[in-house]
Amino acid sequence: MIGFLASIGAIFIAFLAATGRIFLFAARAIAAGIAPPYYPRLLLRQILHIGYYSLPVVGLTAVFTGMVLALQSYTGFSRFNAESAIATVVVLSVTRELGPVIAGLMVAGRVGAAMAAEIGTMRVTDQIDALTTLSTDPLRYLVLPRLVAGLITLPALVLVADIIGVFGGYLVSTYKLGFNIQSYLRSTTDHLEAMDVISGLIKAGVFGFIVALMGCYHGYNSRGGAEGVGQATTYAVVSASILILVSDYLLTAALFGK
Amino acid sequence: MSGPPPKIAVRGLFKAFGEKRVLEGVDIDCAAGESLVVIGGSGTGKSVLVKCILGLLQPDSGSIRIDGMETVGIGRSQREALMRKFGMLFQGGALFDSLRVWENVAFSLIQGRGMERGKAREIAFEKLAAVGLGAEVGQLRPAELSGGMQKRVALARAIAAQPEIIFFDEPTTGLDPIMADVINDLIVKCVREVGATAVSITHDMVSARKIADTIAMLHKGRIVWHGPAAEIDGTDNAFVDQFVHGRAEGPIQMEVRAA
Repeated sequence: MIGFLASIGAIFIAFLAATGRIFLFAARAIAAGIAPPYYPRLLLRQILHIGYYSLPVVGLTAVFTGMVLALQSYTGFSRFNAESAIATVVVLSVTRELGPVIAGLMVAGRVGAAMAAEIGTMRVTDQIDALTTLSTDPLRYLVLPRLVAGLITLPALVLVADIIGVFGGYLVSTYKLGFNIQSYLRSTTDHLEAMDVISGLIKAGVFGFIVALMGCYHGYNSRGGAEGVGQATTYAVVSASILILVSDYLLTAALFGK
Repeated sequence: MSGPPPKIAVRGLFKAFGEKRVLEGVDIDCAAGESLVVIGGSGTGKSVLVKCILGLLQPDSGSIRIDGMETVGIGRSQREALMRKFGMLFQGGALFDSLRVWENVAFSLIQGRGMERGKAREIAFEKLAAVGLGAEVGQLRPAELSGGMQKRVALARAIAAQPEIIFFDEPTTGLDPIMADVINDLIVKCVREVGATAVSITHDMVSARKIADTIAMLHKGRIVWHGPAAEIDGTDNAFVDQFVHGRAEGPIQMEVRAA
């Protein structure tokens, strides 16, 4: 019994220790970036990687999410003769919830994994130590541009995903379910408030930061060759995905909670 | 005491990773302009010693003085200033594979010192020429080069910013004997040209004899022998004798069996 409790305690302590290390890592990277040199070129490259190159995959998932959302709500709402609410349901679900979460998860898989693999390979081949010996702080050079890019790029990406997602719902509703175009568009915009979109963009910023932080942290601390890098990639994606879902709940509670 | 302090003075250096004690009280000096080679078997802590001196690892206790200045426990900005004195040739080269060869060589000039790109590029090609690589190589990516060429690029990168102390980690490992000799010659030439102090770690005795002024042998986390390179064959130190002649029988073998 004691052994069982001890193992739970050990896991809990390890969890707290890891949380502390991750916070310290982020704090050190941010502190490193206060003074120059800055690396605008690297930041731009990361923005391109996270934002522009993720557009196809995020756009595709968004359009299908919007489409399936319209289809499913139709099935449910037609039982109560409440089909007119579909437009509102689609636009609120996409902007407040599905846009940021789905974009965050897709970017975690696409970009977080790539970050962990790239930085992890640099770690195990001594490239990170080499940066230090070449008078360049690896936290400032490698980590900070990714964190900043994640923080500012994901909201932009989510804004695009929101539009595409709502468009997906519109396509299904008007072409397949036979809604009137004008009235669908009107009920889309009528009940939409600025806060619905803004809250989604705030979430997106947090998710982008989480994805970049997990990718960088696990890559930076990877050990032991190819296997270590593979593990770092897995950890980066899994931990980012879980943290996205947990922080999504916390943010929703904080932004709209009563 | 008279005369300048040694370029590098290490005293009582301890470093352990968990239960595993790697350095157990290393004392060693290296004079300015001297080429010191640290020999020793695999896993005796040679790399850890160099990483401690470079500041990549934090020693558990002990003192490392560079030009008489204590460097253990110094702050971030002092460490950054100190790093400018150092150059390092990593065992695997550690070239940045996302950058072209010339950008690798010019890295510390552009990123570390904020030199203008065009000027840094000129210096990079000069350094590449100094290690026998033509301008066409400068445009390639590191992955497109052979092992020997990567080592030469890494050497050019290590000397590009005119460091005062250059570290070489197993510079000839993984190279054929002829390429190894080319690298040894380049190390001797480059170190002399920039007038740097050199600290190399190797288990390749051919390389050690060629590049060393003094040789130190590290065994079980301590320096067991330290003397001029010419005396390495005359010493009656059992560890050195066994290592230099590559014999399976001797005091070091006992440790291998015990482990």
